[in-house]
Amino acid sequence: MKIKSPKDFWSGLMFLGFGLFFVVWAAIHYQMGTAVRMGPAYFPILLGGLLSVLGLAILLESFVAEGPPVPAFALRPLILISVGCVLYGYLMKPLGLFVATLALVVVSAFGGHEFKWKEVLILYAILMLGSWLVFVRGLTLPFPLCPDFIANCPIR
Amino acid sequence: MEIFNNLVMGFGVAVTPIHLLYALIGCLLGTLIGVLPGIGPVATIAMLLPITFNLSPVAALIMLAGIYYGAQYGGSTTAILVNIPGESSSVVTCLDGYQMARQGRAGPALAVAALGSFFAGCVSTLIIALAAPPLAEVALKFGPSEYFSLMVFGLVAATVLAHGSLIKAIAMVVFGLLLGIVGTDVNSGVLRFTFNIPELSDGIGFVIVAMGMFGTAEIVANLELKDKREIFTKDVKNLWPTREDFKRAWAPVMRGTALGSFLGILPGGGALLASFGAYTMEKKMSRHPEQFGKGAIEGVAGPESANNAGAQTSFIPMLTLGIPSNAVMALMIGALMIQGIAPGPQVMNEKPQLFWGLIASMWVGNLMLVVLNLPLIGMWVKLLTVPYRYLYPSILVFMAIGVFSLSNNAFDVLIMAVFGVLGYICVKLECEPAPMILGFILGPLMEENLRRAMLLSRGDPMTFIYKPISAGFIIAATILLIVVALPAIRKKREEVFVEEA
Repeated sequence: MKIKSPKDFWSGLMFLGFGLFFVVWAAIHYQMGTAVRMGPAYFPILLGGLLSVLGLAILLESFVAEGPPVPAFALRPLILISVGCVLYGYLMKPLGLFVATLALVVVSAFGGHEFKWKEVLILYAILMLGSWLVFVRGLTLPFPLCPDFIANCPIR
Repeated sequence: MEIFNNLVMGFGVAVTPIHLLYALIGCLLGTLIGVLPGIGPVATIAMLLPITFNLSPVAALIMLAGIYYGAQYGGSTTAILVNIPGESSSVVTCLDGYQMARQGRAGPALAVAALGSFFAGCVSTLIIALAAPPLAEVALKFGPSEYFSLMVFGLVAATVLAHGSLIKAIAMVVFGLLLGIVGTDVNSGVLRFTFNIPELSDGIGFVIVAMGMFGTAEIVANLELKDKREIFTKDVKNLWPTREDFKRAWAPVMRGTALGSFLGILPGGGALLASFGAYTMEKKMSRHPEQFGKGAIEGVAGPESANNAGAQTSFIPMLTLGIPSNAVMALMIGALMIQGIAPGPQVMNEKPQLFWGLIASMWVGNLMLVVLNLPLIGMWVKLLTVPYRYLYPSILVFMAIGVFSLSNNAFDVLIMAVFGVLGYICVKLECEPAPMILGFILGPLMEENLRRAMLLSRGDPMTFIYKPISAGFIIAATILLIVVALPAIRKKREEVFVEEA
């Protein structure tokens, strides 16, 4: 058996995996119920089963029909941009909007083709001012501005 | 003349200064993101959704709608001048629009695109006003089995009209449906697939999924491409098309409007499919098909009219049935829900101001867009010279603010990043995210209606066949699936979508 269409092989495997997971998890943890009174497991098992069948079909087809290879993943931007977003979320409560924005802008800028500190810092300054004026002052979103350890935040 | 009275009332709502302002903001933003490659209306509307909480429902919808059809205008500018589709629905405009620009005829191409879009916008606004009320009337009689079958039909249509592999698109829909039911089960109160994470008990936020799948995933995909752009900015002098241009363009505009309006109503349709369809049709009907791809004005006029018409008529199923026909409409439904309005046929009767105000604002918005796009074209072109390395961190900051502000919770941002990674994997594996998003929003609705229908029929699944309207939808869905699965048509369908390459 030789994989002829790698894209289909991996997507089939992904769908099969997700489908089986939903079926098994629902079957173990939730009530099935009957067709008249469907329990919480009924719909997920139905759909999970369907997804598994579709995934299996795509998987099997990948051994028959020719298809293009899976292109390389651009791991650097993928990781840096995801990490940048996550940092933004988790730095917001302890360190405030300005630090969180700094983390997001700098980390995600590292994911690009070229990185110049001067450019990135100017961009940060603009975005920081923009988010503060438009979203916090203008639209009154309740974002923390200063880090937690500063008792009386001078900026409002 | 009830329609007339209603439209007058709608215009009364739409031309109040505050609503004019929001229509203008929407059109400006829409043109902006339409011009900029790498950010589409889905991500933008998702970003702005949390902010609309502070607006009145009418203002919110007017602004968000403006973004969607504004993006259709803006997208053509980038397609013509840079050969990059600023928006996915202007992919085909690149083919002939860019060639026209290379021949020094960028001005007429832009003018025909804008005027064609304006004409299409006027006609489709009228179509919405005429078609929506009777449809809503019918929809009021729908019971759970009709709704369930309608959703099945909608999802099938969405997959048939998606790019690429049919079976993958169906799998993505089912995957979306499954993700949609994460959270508290309304009937039993059981927490499903929440893994003891309290933030998941309300389900995964739709906005978060949309921003991850269409926002961060897109940015990563864009960063892979080295940007090399050749911009024909200096050539935009002579805007006005010649008599010959008008003579050649008016019929494609008409045909594009008609086809676009029709395709827009279909579930899964909207702007993207409309523009592809119109280009293929113009090429088939032309007496000089060999000119296509070499700067034929018909290849700009048809698709550009069609995508704008399609963008607008795709509001019909959303407004009358409460069912989204594409990802943007799913976000509109999200916007209604944020305002505490249950989307569905009753909206027209209960909130006539909202309904007719929105429709009238579309016409007003289209007028604004012609003004924004033709005389101000130079300003938009300048935007294209902004390098992507400044743009994408800014987009990320806005997305992060939007997601974080949903419930002031870091976990939401984490989920967005997770869906960004998933979306990127899907791009690599050629699995379209759009059908998944539709499934995601319809998941809970489908389960609810399935349960009710089965309860009413005492567990007899034949209820979907016994009720005539429901049976109609099921039969239509089956026919669609069979037809598309036929080898000959399957090939044809793939042809339509590779035309762009």
